[in-house]
Amino acid sequence: VTAPALAASDVDQPNLRFLEEVSAATAGVSRLEMCIQCGTCGGSCPPAADMDHTPRMLFAMIRAGMREEALQSNTPWICVSCYHCVVRCPQDVHIADVMYTLKSMAIRAGAFRDGTAPHFSQTFVDMVEHYGRSFEFGLATRHYLRHFPRRVPGMAAMGLGMLRRHRMPMTPRRIDGIDQLTAILDRAKQLELTA
Amino acid sequence: MTTYLLYPGCSMETSARAYHESLAAVAPILGLELAELEDWNCCGATEYLGINLIPAYSLIARNLAIAARQANGARTLVAPCSACYLNLAKADHYMDERPVLGEKVNEALAAGGLHYEPGSVDVRHLLDVIVRDVGLDTVAGKVTRPLRGLRVAPYLGCMVPRPDYHKRWSDHEHPDELDRLLRTLGAEVIDFPLKTHCCGGHMPHIGPDTAYELIRRLLHDAELFHADVIATVCPMCQLNLDAYQGETNRHFGTRFAVPVVFFTQLIGLAFGLDAKAVGFGRELVSARDALSRIGAEPPPAQEPSRPRRHAPKPEGLPMPTLAGRGEEVADD
Repeated sequence: VTAPALAASDVDQPNLRFLEEVSAATAGVSRLEMCIQCGTCGGSCPPAADMDHTPRMLFAMIRAGMREEALQSNTPWICVSCYHCVVRCPQDVHIADVMYTLKSMAIRAGAFRDGTAPHFSQTFVDMVEHYGRSFEFGLATRHYLRHFPRRVPGMAAMGLGMLRRHRMPMTPRRIDGIDQLTAILDRAKQLELTA
Repeated sequence: MTTYLLYPGCSMETSARAYHESLAAVAPILGLELAELEDWNCCGATEYLGINLIPAYSLIARNLAIAARQANGARTLVAPCSACYLNLAKADHYMDERPVLGEKVNEALAAGGLHYEPGSVDVRHLLDVIVRDVGLDTVAGKVTRPLRGLRVAPYLGCMVPRPDYHKRWSDHEHPDELDRLLRTLGAEVIDFPLKTHCCGGHMPHIGPDTAYELIRRLLHDAELFHADVIATVCPMCQLNLDAYQGETNRHFGTRFAVPVVFFTQLIGLAFGLDAKAVGFGRELVSARDALSRIGAEPPPAQEPSRPRRHAPKPEGLPMPTLAGRGEEVADD
């Protein structure tokens, strides 16, 4: 028995709506629907062992409309953006960019299980929005005290080494056009990519 | 002299100062005139893209818009940092591939009186510019102190050769541009199998165990090939392999002591420049042994140097270490 071809009306099905939503919120043309479940992505992924689901599994879940499970998965947060899977994917799926999309959707839905990664990203972005530049010293102290207080003593030597070699200034640097940047980002936040 | 716009990126002014210093020192010798992009902002690294798409791309595009305006005929924007390079290239690429993204980003830019037409700036990585525009023949002609006998692991990391929107590199996984450049400098270049594998990116701050394993693989591989030094083209790779080498050693009980330096520092050495002038001494895992191998004067030590590898534990009771001593993280 051959499966009937996908009719245009099927896009209204709740299962496919999630795929559409992810695809629409991705920067380029995601090609997510082109995935043939070959598993090249998971096989190419350096930190795959630490993921709840390989990218292939995650894409199958998205296609099955498993919204909650997909957004709870740690996979996008373990993705290191190395693009090995992207260049090897025979279907040219923009895998790394889909991972970024899933992160932002998980943040918006409050669906992530471990806050370490989203908090790190948010703290980084806070600094950038505030100064226009990243501020490693502020980021490191805020993030490590919150999430890795027990690692701090062991890292003191390294931090001191960085300070001594003038590789980690303790004061941030602000760009001249911070007001312009703020205006741009404020406007950008009102805009969204949707289907 | 060819003029390029330079987007240094935040790291060049902080953790990767050695990269900035060495680039400033070798650029005039290479005939590269680098005009810094006016009032550039952070590219968002790998953080902003995972939070909010349009703001993330607008943040990047502000730089592209300023570059297009500042260009004055020089339309190449050079980024020495891999993450900056990829983000700038990605925004340019996707604003074109997905016009709706381009429209929204430009709507946001308009709030700051800016506009960017995709394709109007050519985003390139520094290594690409040195290998292709300057050319290896020119580089060879400037070498006064060949790096003879120095075994170098050429390490590109991920974001330079991939995803490679403009097909600039010889290969996505085993490109040979850096190898050829280092060979031109007289170095003994090892065929580094993990040359485009991941350094862990931001994982030291998120999932340290994941990061340590990725760092371990690279250091282990470099040591198997008896590399004296790892040459990198990216501030993030340098930071992870150098600053987190000590933590990685503690995590696995290993004793790696592989110095990690920027390729521009090695260019400077081969051009006969003073080691300190090209940023040596800023690395946490000391490159003194590597320097002495090619007869370069190492910068004055910040603390008493200790034996490089397999140093026996001091006898006696364990004592708390002072800051100066505990600093050589790689040996502990």
